[in-house]
Amino acid sequence: MAEITLQDIIKPENLVYKKTDLMTDKPLSYCPGCGHGTAHRITMEVIEELNLAEDTIGVAPVGCSVLAYEFMNVDMTQAAHGRAPAVATGIKRVWPNKVVFTYQGDGDLAAIGTSETIHACNRGENIVIIFINNGIYGMTGGQMAPTTLPGMKSSTSPYGRDVAMMGNPLKMTELVAQLPGTYFVTRQAVHTPAAVRKAKKAIKKAFENQRDCKPGLSFIEIVSNCNSGWKMTPTDANKWMEENMFPFYPMGDIKVDGQLVK
Amino acid sequence: MGELKLMKGNEALAEAAIRAGADAYFGYPITPQSEVIEYLMAEKPHERTGMVVLQAESEIAAINMVYGAAGAGKKVMTSSSSPGISLKQEGISYIAGAELPCLYVNVVRGGPGLGTIQPSQADYFQSTKGGGHGDYRQIVLAPASVQEMSDFVKEGFDLAFKYRIPVLILSDGVIGQMMEKVELFDPIPRWTDEEAIANSPWATTGKKNGTERRIITSLDLDSHKMEEHNIKLQEKYKEITKNEVRYELIDCDDAEYIFVAYGSSARIAQKAVQLARAKGIKAGLFRLITLFPFPTVKMREMCGKGIKGFLAVEMSAGQMVEDVMLAVRGCAKVEHFGRYGGIVHTPEEVLAALEQKIIGG
Repeated sequence: MAEITLQDIIKPENLVYKKTDLMTDKPLSYCPGCGHGTAHRITMEVIEELNLAEDTIGVAPVGCSVLAYEFMNVDMTQAAHGRAPAVATGIKRVWPNKVVFTYQGDGDLAAIGTSETIHACNRGENIVIIFINNGIYGMTGGQMAPTTLPGMKSSTSPYGRDVAMMGNPLKMTELVAQLPGTYFVTRQAVHTPAAVRKAKKAIKKAFENQRDCKPGLSFIEIVSNCNSGWKMTPTDANKWMEENMFPFYPMGDIKVDGQLVK
Repeated sequence: MGELKLMKGNEALAEAAIRAGADAYFGYPITPQSEVIEYLMAEKPHERTGMVVLQAESEIAAINMVYGAAGAGKKVMTSSSSPGISLKQEGISYIAGAELPCLYVNVVRGGPGLGTIQPSQADYFQSTKGGGHGDYRQIVLAPASVQEMSDFVKEGFDLAFKYRIPVLILSDGVIGQMMEKVELFDPIPRWTDEEAIANSPWATTGKKNGTERRIITSLDLDSHKMEEHNIKLQEKYKEITKNEVRYELIDCDDAEYIFVAYGSSARIAQKAVQLARAKGIKAGLFRLITLFPFPTVKMREMCGKGIKGFLAVEMSAGQMVEDVMLAVRGCAKVEHFGRYGGIVHTPEEVLAALEQKIIGG
């Protein structure tokens, strides 16, 4: 039996997975175990699969994913903190035939950008918002976010979030689902292969909605982890997320084709 | 000759935006400039030229819509008045940092804080020294008539795209609200999508296969690269200072005393020149049209030629006067006069200030 060499293995017919060309080769700046990389990848895979890359303009936020434009290989604009939905509105209104999306974290979208988010949703801007909720400000070092759970520790709630003093976590996704301008609102995760497949399907639906000029905004929350900020190992963080984040932020579609489903 | 109309300054500016081929206006109502968006909404520019007009949820959202659309290569603008312009400063700093072309308008009212809705020129520092964070400048055009409210829209867009810089039309409550005859320029067609892409190859319009993607950002975490970017910005500002200074000299040839003023104060000072001349005082007016770049060289040249003093006339407690002093550098007397907090000075008060502070002082 002839010896099998590397050249025998590296053949097109043996290819089982290939990084999409819509992700650059730049190493991701995210912590090992973080969900951002997966969320970036499936977003870009969807744009590639729908053949939308040449007409897509993305908007990066301020936060851990501020450098999303370094990794997403499409035209990108970096927005001021929280302003991505307004920036995307400006782009979409002057280029109505282009595909426009924002990629934002929970500090960006649900605190400083609450107004821009609600009003872009309420106007029914025909854009996609991808909202990564890890319950913490990751980039600035683990401070309390609007989404931090009651009792959850962060560097600005070192004894746990005291809701009597610090207020309650904000469920932005349930909130925007109530607005007539949203067409598709869903909550997903990317911590297991099954969750990734579901999340990708949801992102695909959102971009199809925009491509097909469905009336309204598509809003996808991805509940994610922050093992560095939560001070856990990646596997512990995912377990903690399932046990604590998911009961508060339940998975699944909230609004489909403009109709509330629950 | 273009179409003649009797219009408010704010209306003339709005009409000029449609005629200049603007692609979008994003705004938020605030006195004394709400006529801009009201006129645009009533005119249905979407039907006339395809121009987008959108009332945003805040001044912050409006300037960020401008940032997005300007970064996508379109001709876009916003307008507001002083408190609203303060809210826009974050966006303007990003626009300056990312080197995007856009036009914005401040119809200034009295401050600080909510201040008053009456006219003022107290936003000079904010306009000319960089109102937001970071080392940046913007071109500032100061209209003194309804005619210039119209003309500067066209000129402002041209300058914005020539230098990839925000251009500010710094008006005030008098110029915005008063009615005058205006000759409207002939409409310029909006750029087609192909023209917009060709005119701004750097803009985010969708990455075509085999081309490099375009990124609009003001961020670079590498300080050396950020310094290089800042040096490039400063070189651009020097180029603008060399090429784009605009001013008007009225009765300055034989003048011994010069009023320096812009906007509605220049109109008042022009009357004060007439009153002075009637009394045998050789006064002239140096009307600033660009506040940045400031006509430093010309002013410095003049002060060696028999000028005994400059009176900076502005509706503020004394802001532009600092740039006059920097230009003159002690070679002639410089004083300030102005009413503020929403009060507009009279020509008689201006002349009296010249007599007391410069001639008699």
